[in-house]
Amino acid sequence: MTREVWITGSGLISALGEGREAHWAAFNDPAAWHARMNSQKLAPHTVHPMTPLELGRHIPRPGDQRAMGPLMHYGCYAAGMALAEAGVAGNQELLARTHMIVAAPGGERDLAVDEQILAARLGKPNTGGWLNEMMLTGLRPTLFLAQLPNLFAGNISIVHGVSGSSRTFMGEESAGVDAVRIAWEKITAGQGDLFLVGGAFAADRAEILLMFVPYGLLHETPVPDLWHRPVAGMTLGSAGAFLVMESPEHARARGAKPLAKLSAIRAAQSNREAGAATAKAAEQWGRIAPLAAGATPAVLSGACGGGTITAEEHEFLAGLPGAPAVRGTAGALGHSMEASFLANVGLAITCLEQGRLFDPLAPNEAIETRGGSSAEKILVTSWGHYRGEALALIERIA
Amino acid sequence: MTGSSATRPIAVTGIGILTSLGEGKAENWRRLSAGESGIHRLTRFPIDGLRTTIGGSVDYLPIDPLDNSNFSFEMARRAAQEAIEESGVGSPGSFPGEMFLAAPPIDLEWSRRMGLADRREGAATYAELLEIAQEGAEEIHRSTINGGIASRMMAEFGPEGSPITLSTACASGASAIQLGVEAIRRGSCDTALCIGTDGSIQPEALIRFSLLSALSVANDEPAKAAKPFSKNRDGFVMAEGAAALVLEDPDKAEARGARILGYILGCGEAADTFHRTRSNPNGAAIVRCMREALADAGLGIEDVDYINAHGTGTPENDKMEAFGIQQLFGDRATRIPLSSNKSMIGHSLTAAGAVEAAFSLLTMQHELLPPTINHRQPDPTIPLDVVPNVARPAKPRTVLSNSFGFGGQNVSLLLGAA
Repeated sequence: MTREVWITGSGLISALGEGREAHWAAFNDPAAWHARMNSQKLAPHTVHPMTPLELGRHIPRPGDQRAMGPLMHYGCYAAGMALAEAGVAGNQELLARTHMIVAAPGGERDLAVDEQILAARLGKPNTGGWLNEMMLTGLRPTLFLAQLPNLFAGNISIVHGVSGSSRTFMGEESAGVDAVRIAWEKITAGQGDLFLVGGAFAADRAEILLMFVPYGLLHETPVPDLWHRPVAGMTLGSAGAFLVMESPEHARARGAKPLAKLSAIRAAQSNREAGAATAKAAEQWGRIAPLAAGATPAVLSGACGGGTITAEEHEFLAGLPGAPAVRGTAGALGHSMEASFLANVGLAITCLEQGRLFDPLAPNEAIETRGGSSAEKILVTSWGHYRGEALALIERIA
Repeated sequence: MTGSSATRPIAVTGIGILTSLGEGKAENWRRLSAGESGIHRLTRFPIDGLRTTIGGSVDYLPIDPLDNSNFSFEMARRAAQEAIEESGVGSPGSFPGEMFLAAPPIDLEWSRRMGLADRREGAATYAELLEIAQEGAEEIHRSTINGGIASRMMAEFGPEGSPITLSTACASGASAIQLGVEAIRRGSCDTALCIGTDGSIQPEALIRFSLLSALSVANDEPAKAAKPFSKNRDGFVMAEGAAALVLEDPDKAEARGARILGYILGCGEAADTFHRTRSNPNGAAIVRCMREALADAGLGIEDVDYINAHGTGTPENDKMEAFGIQQLFGDRATRIPLSSNKSMIGHSLTAAGAVEAAFSLLTMQHELLPPTINHRQPDPTIPLDVVPNVARPAKPRTVLSNSFGFGGQNVSLLLGAA
């Protein structure tokens, strides 16, 4: 059995705002998206902090809000948006058979407690009774639950009542790609009809930066265009991005309208020797190209801006037949790791609705300024900052 | 949407296990079936002031530096090696299928955080840590990204496609197997490497579970601390370990002359919407989960010969699991033997579902039900046959293996004999 896969709901929040219209407006206004970057909070690094959210809109109970940190707020909020748009929110019968696959990192640490412990350690051994004692008195049980990646999904089940199933994928960019891919494969194969898929990332946190700074990947302020950065070229951006994915049969039967069709998604993991990622991407393009019917669609790239990998992706994209227009969305959004691919799928829906790409984000970059901007079909790439290569094709439903 | 191909059994052709009882399935089965405990006093770090000082840590592997990521990788590597060798599939460094890895969430550990701070006199803030890290500390990246273990497994075993790392809390290992079963059934691959691994016993993790009042504090006699389904049960015992299964399309396995060790007949899952650490008192999600595993296999309650219980030994879990089993199986519940491997190996968290699926297969292979040890004070509210204290000869043809997680993620697997 091979069935199509429709997207019937989308929830997207980021530094640029809430929902597709806000994102469309911000992406077309360079002054606006530049203004949302924050170079103070975690100087010398620039981050793209989340737009202020009115949490009560999608997480009504204060107790639920308190049980989560920012990361899980973003996830729950974007999930609520997607469920509402798809007409699934509040429908117990549908929620009971909605399958959830999320991509989640760990939640926030209590930085104050960590710093107290670090300060107390001076003049002491690095382990022992004093450390045990400080953790026993300082750590809060609720914060532990707010840290566990699987509670990201657990909280969505609790807040929104999604109870069909619950799976949490981990592992940076690939987790987001594979969440969508597994849902897509299951729907096409008839292993399920209705999925809530998503991820989130909270960028403006010291403990998150501490994962990537040591690897030499983060850029310091000021930040140049995405495609013209050194190896230390990433800036991180907060995001929450969810999709409701559905078989057409199921959507039609309940009168749900498709926002777009996810026609193909392929994922791989090369070892990142020079050219290895390109080889995977070329293979993926070879499988997807026949679906594009001759013309290479415009590209929303998930390039992170850092490492040697963005340069390699740039070369691959520059060489695509038909010289399609490309947008490196992390230039405006920041790189949102687990949420990055999902956010780009959400942005692709916006572009399909508008019938064109938003304006180039890097006006001096040939792959952004070339080609037409019309968008009936869109390719979305995801080359992880460390591992993982993926390509998806999303199209408008006539 | 359940065509005949969607619900067919998937063959198991390789098993690898590593727990606090030892390395390899022979040693593990020898000790598990003898009712031996792997729980002991923790010596990996100072235990002063801790409420719980025992665990099923794996202390016999040479790992340096010993952090969660390195350790979970090494256990996964060894379990996968054993399983792949047994299956005889592929060639070294080239596994001809996809990989599904249940791995613990990774966080920067105190040893590393302090090690970083120690590089500068008096450093004690995150701002300082970030400045110091600017000078380079690549190992921190590798030891804190959640995809790191899978990438190292890719380099070692060379599975196809994009490896999946997942966490469904205490159900993770079973979820990895379910993902593999689904992938083979839909034709995404003919073979899957499904692994659960967890090397999380370090002070902060222990303390966090302790603060949730989830851990046994019966420290005096470690081997007697894990007492699932007993009246005096007082929490689970944290443990480490890994297990790997090689799953195959049964037709393909037979065609290449592989020895089939057993089958995954069905998988069920259900999410609870009730509470972050507790099941809904109506047991609905647990019952639905077990029922779906049976339905997925096309079997009924009369077809379950034995249950490998989640049986953590927390007051809450065992009560709810027993209640759910009674709800689903009705009068038959008291006649189905069930036991908890965790009474001997503790709760290996992310790995548990895979470890227990592996033990379930060995249970059928050896025709011996492993016991629930430390069952000295039966709980009168749990009128089930828990195979108390001593293993029992039996010839189960099917085993229902339950895995229920914090956060309401539940998975049940129905396994069948070869």
